[in-house]
Amino acid sequence: MNIFADKTILTVTRLTALLRGVLEENFEHVWVKGEVSNLSAPSSGHLYFTLKDSGAQLRCLMFKSAAKNLKFRFNDGMGLIVRGRISVYDQRGEYQLVCEYLEPAGAGALQMAFTQLKERLSQEGLFEEARKLAMPAFPRRVGVVTSPTGAAIHDVLNVLKRRFASLNILLYPVRVQGEGAAVEIANALDEMNRLNMVDVLIVGRGGGSLEDLWAFNEEVVARAIHRSRIPVISAVGHETDWTICDFVADLRAPTPSAAAEMVIASSEELRARVEALNHRLCLLIERRLNTLESCLKVLRRALQDPSLMLGHLAQRVDDISERLNLALENSVLRRKESFVRLQANLLHHNPERQANAQRQRIKLLIAEAERLLVARLEGFKQQFGSDAARLDVLSPLNTISRGYSVTTRIADGHVVHDAAQLAVGDRLRLRFHRGSAECSVETVETAKT
Amino acid sequence: MATEKFETALKKLEDVVRRLEGGSLSLEDSLKAFEEGVRQASFCAKKLDEAEQRVEVLLKRKDGSLVREPFEPEEG
Repeated sequence: MNIFADKTILTVTRLTALLRGVLEENFEHVWVKGEVSNLSAPSSGHLYFTLKDSGAQLRCLMFKSAAKNLKFRFNDGMGLIVRGRISVYDQRGEYQLVCEYLEPAGAGALQMAFTQLKERLSQEGLFEEARKLAMPAFPRRVGVVTSPTGAAIHDVLNVLKRRFASLNILLYPVRVQGEGAAVEIANALDEMNRLNMVDVLIVGRGGGSLEDLWAFNEEVVARAIHRSRIPVISAVGHETDWTICDFVADLRAPTPSAAAEMVIASSEELRARVEALNHRLCLLIERRLNTLESCLKVLRRALQDPSLMLGHLAQRVDDISERLNLALENSVLRRKESFVRLQANLLHHNPERQANAQRQRIKLLIAEAERLLVARLEGFKQQFGSDAARLDVLSPLNTISRGYSVTTRIADGHVVHDAAQLAVGDRLRLRFHRGSAECSVETVETAKT
Repeated sequence: MATEKFETALKKLEDVVRRLEGGSLSLEDSLKAFEEGVRQASFCAKKLDEAEQRVEVLLKRKDGSLVREPFEPEEG
């Protein structure tokens, strides 16, 4: 295709403008499916990302005005179906898809939104049991936030009529579906809290499609319920319908009728409790009085005959004295036996006996000593006899008798053994076998050695 | 608020029953407690009977204030 005559020279700007015209005119309304990547969400509120598949990629832009209508959040890697128009970003010479609407490929957009909001609020702790308010023990005024023409209020009133329940109902009329319904419901909840005229709130509607029930899946409603200081019962659709509202409410009723039943039940329970307490009260006081009465009877009977009690006491005194005597006797007897035993023991150890024994022993010892002495003397006598005989053999007198004499120096009485001991003139005594003689030394001859 | 009064009475009633069950009260105190209990019980019963069935709807006036009116549901 050649739309230009010969060699027409275009500026880049001009060419880009021409291309844009062609693209924007022909791709004004396209649906495209791909996987998200490079998602960027700057503070401007616009969203930038790339859609790609195995063969190509497409730059995408979603302006803030369109992005704020998104019910769910998407991120990299997620499959999307996008509706939009192709445009060209002149400055960079790029074409891009300007998205007007997008939904997750696969699961429906609402389903995705529900799952994501539920997860987010759950993480924030909005569904925690600990944060839920207790139902009032005695709810008398019930606020109902619903459509004045819908099935919910109809069902609630029917239940009350059937059960003859004495409840005060205050209806806050709201739209329960369509644009703006969620905000209206949230405002109604806040307003009911501000008015503070009811004990409990029922918020809900009758059954419908997922889209019909959608207002009860909106974050703004969830937050209003969570904010409420008045306990909230959620009653949306049928038993099988679960909404975000159900998770965040203090109590979930499967249907609006069931919510009404719950409220009535609590006041009926209360009536039963009061009756039971009253009954118990009467029973207790009756039992108490009966007990006291029988106590009185017993006491009165005991008071009738005091002598009986005295008799008992006298008997007790006798009994005790008898036991006392017995104990005394026992005690004396025991001591006596002990004494006899000790006495025998003492006699056994009499010192007289011991002295006699010692005396006996001394006699024996003396006799023994005498015997030993005599024996010893006899020994000595014999020894002496033999010694005397031996002495006789050795006696010098015997030697002398054979002619020898003993020479002693008179001066000192020493026996002279060697002539060298003598000096001329020494006076000597010679002793013979019989008698002795004195003489003096004439000469000295010393023995030769 | 009437609800609070009811709940206070119920609590008092429960207390009385508990005290009597304890059995340590003197005869005089038992009788006093009993009287108190009977009074609270009949107050509670009265409050329960008093509740009237009334259905109202909150309507928004032009100035934005809310007003209560009897509610007549559309039949059908």
